[in-house]
Amino acid sequence: MSTVVDRDELRDDVLNGLQLSTQLERIWRTPSGLAGALMSVEHKVVGRRYILTAFAFLLLGGILAILMRIQLAGPEKTFLSADKYNQIFTMHGSTMMFLFAVPVMEAFAVYLVPLMVGTRNIAFPRLNAFSYWMFLFGGCFLWISFLFNVGPDVGWFSYVPLSSLQFTPTKRADVWAQMITFTEVAALAVAVEIVVTVFKLRAPGMTLDRIPLFVWAMLVTSFLVMFAMPSIMVASTSLILDRLVNTRFYDPSSGGHPLLWQHLFWFFGHPEVYIIFIPGTGMVSAILATFARRPVIGYPVVILSLIGTGFLSFGLWVHHMFVTGLPQLGAGLFTASSMLIAVPSGLQIFCWLATLWDGRPVYRTPLLFVIGFIVIFVIGGLSGVMVASVPIDTQVHDTYFVVAHFHYVLIGGAVFPLIGAVYYWFPKIAGRMLSERLGRWNFWLAFIGFNVAFFPMHFLGLIGMPRRVYTYTADMDWAHLNLLSSIGAIVFALSFALLLVNVVYSLRKGALAGDNPWNASTLEWATSSPPPPQNFDRIPVVKHRDPLWADGESLPVVAGLSAERREVLLTSLAEAEPQTREASPEPSIWPLLTAIATTVFFIGSIFTPWAVLWGTPPMAVTLIGWFWPSGSKEDEE
Amino acid sequence: MRQTIVRNVAELPTYGYGPRSGPWWGAMGFMALEGMGFAIAIGTYLYLYAVNPNWPIGASPPDLWPGTAEAAVYLLSIIPNEITNRVAHRQDLAKVRVGLIVMALIGIALLVLRGFEFAHLNTRWDNSAYGSIVWLILGLHTTHLATDVGDTVVLAVLMFTRHAKPRRFSDVTDNVFYWNFVVLAWLPLYALLDWVPRL
Ligand code: HEM
Ligand SMILES: [Cu+2]
Repeated sequence: MSTVVDRDELRDDVLNGLQLSTQLERIWRTPSGLAGALMSVEHKVVGRRYILTAFAFLLLGGILAILMRIQLAGPEKTFLSADKYNQIFTMHGSTMMFLFAVPVMEAFAVYLVPLMVGTRNIAFPRLNAFSYWMFLFGGCFLWISFLFNVGPDVGWFSYVPLSSLQFTPTKRADVWAQMITFTEVAALAVAVEIVVTVFKLRAPGMTLDRIPLFVWAMLVTSFLVMFAMPSIMVASTSLILDRLVNTRFYDPSSGGHPLLWQHLFWFFGHPEVYIIFIPGTGMVSAILATFARRPVIGYPVVILSLIGTGFLSFGLWVHHMFVTGLPQLGAGLFTASSMLIAVPSGLQIFCWLATLWDGRPVYRTPLLFVIGFIVIFVIGGLSGVMVASVPIDTQVHDTYFVVAHFHYVLIGGAVFPLIGAVYYWFPKIAGRMLSERLGRWNFWLAFIGFNVAFFPMHFLGLIGMPRRVYTYTADMDWAHLNLLSSIGAIVFALSFALLLVNVVYSLRKGALAGDNPWNASTLEWATSSPPPPQNFDRIPVVKHRDPLWADGESLPVVAGLSAERREVLLTSLAEAEPQTREASPEPSIWPLLTAIATTVFFIGSIFTPWAVLWGTPPMAVTLIGWFWPSGSKEDEE
Repeated sequence: MRQTIVRNVAELPTYGYGPRSGPWWGAMGFMALEGMGFAIAIGTYLYLYAVNPNWPIGASPPDLWPGTAEAAVYLLSIIPNEITNRVAHRQDLAKVRVGLIVMALIGIALLVLRGFEFAHLNTRWDNSAYGSIVWLILGLHTTHLATDVGDTVVLAVLMFTRHAKPRRFSDVTDNVFYWNFVVLAWLPLYALLDWVPRL
């Protein structure tokens, strides 16, 4: 390739199609072998790992759920002891919330957002790699502790004083608190990356009102993460300090206050539900437009309701604390705002239904899961409006009614769209289609299994079954409904087994996908499946909200980026006007080393406060290694 | 899919300053996070203050001089910080080197003062919830200060090596920008820690 002309470096405008692809692939590719795998900073590689790891945790959390349902299938069973049951529901809740639901959504964003906004890599790729390692190590730390019988047993919310040293003298609660820090560091890093990717790396011409709805949803989610998660980090750090170095944050005998925990926890915990749900709505919008064969009706309404939901979600934490005895006026206010949050969600649902109504829907598997989502989520929303009112909440608080409600919201709101998203984007990620036949079976098993498992729990709650009990007596009349629920849970679990079968089978035997198998409209479908390391040979120019539908056969693109070093195009915030061509980092081992040093620091500090001293220098060294600009082409000249 | 080249970006610069650069937005993101962390810590302080009849609990308020001295140094540091910003925009390497060294020294001086401040809090972290929150807040801000000083030192060293490329001047301006946040974060914390217990 000696075609360099008048400029000092090779630019893409002097290369033709094939030359350009090979050249860019050489520059952007992750090095092969183990070393390459450990050094990768490519958003697709990291995103794929992130998705797989999060699903592995879903599997683990799901196994625990089934164990619980076996134990509860009949009265006075001795399959699990009370003690084991406590560990298991804690591990189930913590795994699902911190290791599956939030990470899996961020993982999809890590993979998809750069493609959807038309750029070559995520902003801060090394931070992204670091984030994945932190997530992995934090998750393994929790699960290894569990297997060695030091796993937490104080609920996924670890209320004090139950989780204080006095009542939990073993390391169980420390493990929980430190796992929080691991996963929050990871989540916060991804949130910053997504925000900056959306703000600065969008393709030229992708103005604010041309951003795909999934990307909007992830943007709003990232802001929620950034404003909610610091609260739980302060809370869990205070908890572990109380336990390890005798601070008094939650100790009422020295001026501390147990309710402080609940405020800090729910200031995070309520938005957390929306951190899980909002990406789900983004997936729904993406899938719906493609299969209804028309853009989502009310694009601005959907965006405003995303933002509205985000804001309102912060005003609501107190509704988890109605039974703690708040002033009357406060309770009324929070009841009102809890009910208010149904409004933006309702608006979105109307927009989706109108889209389906007005479109020419094709009922493929992803759309089935979206419809399942709408049905389940509406039921969950209704029971939500019920528990948002103080008198009802006081009745059903801590009963199975609540367990039914939040599984309807979490699984309906997040897991159904997520499985739809797997079917929808699998062809892009893997290059092959999932089997449609297995997909239909998968959907019906999931939909029926889910409802059989969780609907009876509403009744169980109303007739008085409390949550977090490991068994019950036969004279309570809870046996039949519990058995039904357990059968449903197993059917629901089988639907996931079927998904796994489908994935494994289709990876080898699935039909080849091609670039745009669904005839979708957004940019990730403008490149090959799976996408090459550089994502796009030339950066697209966006002139419409649905570029692939509007531009037909010929995509407008820019030329002039470097073809001999990693470069991304930065554009302006609102109008997405090109501004600079910035260097994007090369692969590096330092994010992994930094994550290892941080892990040693975090875990060490559970056992000795001195770890804060001897753990800091390795972190400092690895961070310097990370930021030292050797290895970057510009600096080696 | 066929492609039509509609625009050439070859003439764009390979780095920018402020909102035109990626790292600046990264810094903004981290300021938002840390700002939120401080806000939550302040909220915790005020909550504990509100639920306790006596404040500070079983201790006298912190001695004023270390925090006040820090506040003064922070405010004065804005001047060399701003000068560093200007010379970085002019890409004046010699002056940027001086500016970074001065800023690193100021940071180190503040860390030393911070040591005195811990010693003059007049409470231990395990005396009461008051002691705990005071130590937590000061600890958070110290971590924040220490990482920024570390960053400044590394950047200063870089500017003395072959890595002193033009786009590194943009990193210097981001460092300047971040320092302003460190200063800004201190002022409410100073008021909270040193003056609220005297109310
Ligand atoms: C196969 C699907 C699932 C089944 C059968 C299931 C079942 C259960 C059961 C039986 C409990 C314990 C209730 C109690 O004794 O109080 C529980 C608690 C919980 N589940 Fe699930 N679950 C499933 C999926 C999920 C998912 C996907 C999530 C989140 C995204 C989730 C989040 C939670 C949480 C947060 C708790 C509360 C744990 C605690 O009280 O500490 N579950 N689930
Ligand atoms: Cu809530």
